[in-house]
Amino acid sequence: MAEREQKKKPAPKEREEVVEEDVAAASERGEKLKEDIDDLLDEIDSVLEDNAEEFVRSYVQKGGE
Amino acid sequence: MAVPKIVGIETEYGVALRGAAEPNPVVASSLLINGYVEQRRVGWDFEDESPGRDARGFARDGAQPPEVETHLVNAVLTNGARYYVDHAHPEYSTPECADPLEVTRYDKAGERILARSMDAARRLLPADQEVVVYKNNSDGKGNSYGCHENYLVDRNVPFALLVRNLIPWFVTRQVFTGAGKVGSENGADPVDYQITQRADFFEEEVGLETTLKRPIVNTRDEPHADPQKYRRLHVIVGDANLCEVATFLKVGTTAIVLSMIEDGFIDKDLSISSPVAAIRAVSHDPTCRATVDVAALGRCTAIELQWEFLRLARKYADESGLEACGDEATGAMVLDRWESVLSALETDPMSLDGQLDWVTKLSLLEAYKARDGLKWTDPKLELLSVQYHDVRPGRSLYESLVRKGKIERLLDDDDVVAAMADPPASTRAYFRGTCLARWADSVVAANWDSLVLDVGSDPLRRIPMMEPTRGSKEHVAALFAQVTTPRQLVERLTAS
Repeated sequence: MAEREQKKKPAPKEREEVVEEDVAAASERGEKLKEDIDDLLDEIDSVLEDNAEEFVRSYVQKGGE
Repeated sequence: MAVPKIVGIETEYGVALRGAAEPNPVVASSLLINGYVEQRRVGWDFEDESPGRDARGFARDGAQPPEVETHLVNAVLTNGARYYVDHAHPEYSTPECADPLEVTRYDKAGERILARSMDAARRLLPADQEVVVYKNNSDGKGNSYGCHENYLVDRNVPFALLVRNLIPWFVTRQVFTGAGKVGSENGADPVDYQITQRADFFEEEVGLETTLKRPIVNTRDEPHADPQKYRRLHVIVGDANLCEVATFLKVGTTAIVLSMIEDGFIDKDLSISSPVAAIRAVSHDPTCRATVDVAALGRCTAIELQWEFLRLARKYADESGLEACGDEATGAMVLDRWESVLSALETDPMSLDGQLDWVTKLSLLEAYKARDGLKWTDPKLELLSVQYHDVRPGRSLYESLVRKGKIERLLDDDDVVAAMADPPASTRAYFRGTCLARWADSVVAANWDSLVLDVGSDPLRRIPMMEPTRGSKEHVAALFAQVTTPRQLVERLTAS
């Protein structure tokens, strides 16, 4: 029993290091992703029509086909 | 053996005349087309000019919009397309194409033609006015306009067989054909965001209408080809797509399914109960978990029914080949993409950001919602949803995403630009387009299935083109190389 547990669990130090690396990598990726999205939304802000309410009100089409 | 799935896409663009006291969409549409045709006629090349400079150079403050003879606006272009005013919208119908990649290229060329038309219209209008077009299908207020597909189908196939198999097909292919919409319309149940622009507008299973009580399967019978041999299936149930992957998949899969129906390959009853309710239920669920009742499968999701179609299509490809849908390589590309998209829809639909319009748009809206703390009812989300489809390159949110490398491309930009002027090599559109490019002044009339030439003496000569696969580059390039005038062309054609 004790032997099996030992096999399953790696040494505490080794395990901690692995976790630390994952968190760091994930958070770096997360930040990069957020930067990407912020950057994209900033660019879209710069081309977006000024007055959303007025735009939506005035966008009226005749049915087609 | 199924007949070749010659295909075209007909898009009605949304149109707005900005800055006018009483904007008239028919006049606005006419300005676009007249402006484009006139600019082409005089060889007006403003590829390198900026829109701002155009406006300063050609428009004057206080100028009146030009008089437009709207009844004349119906142009056939050198790429074989038709460009005209339909109801109150500019409509671009691609030339007939032989495979889904080719028709995607001509559909994207249409967007550029509309963009060029807006530049041309700007030159004709006072500086404070502008015509703007949108490649979408609804104004969010209950008015819809279409993006139709047409496919060449064997006349011998009983229409009832088409209807039985196409209804479940159209109801479930929405999961990749949708262009996405905020809210619902036309009396449909409220929803924050749905997969398609069009589902709310379908009220019948089968019928002739296109403008009210729209049917899932449209029965319009205009073959524009030999009516003894062919039918031209008119599909009105799709959305206009901007993503090349979405258009390619929409047309490619539908062409394969039609070939299977023609060859009697669908051996199960895939009918869906209550299709009108089902088409809305599928569209209203961006998680893609809504279920429908299928005769042979029981209760299943749209994706599960799509897997069944794909399983049949793989078997069909093995046994009969996919030549009817273009060449084998393009057919294989359709099958592989179809499979990867269904897998992704099943595990994480949002992973298709950049491939499917409804996912790409939803991803953008979610990002704005998160950043600005917006509710689904905020007009800014509706604005984003409409402006995604703006055809002006500088204003189109889709094009912003392209520039950021967020959109998967299937086409080369140079090929798309070439498709604005050059016809596809694969069909009779090659003959039509080449005649127009070489002898525009002698072409008295051009239609899908005929061309009327003035050869300098009475009578006018009508050249019928009842076979859509004839008149391709392979058929007529040698003939065109041997003649210099329309008269010689007609002489050669009548001699053979």
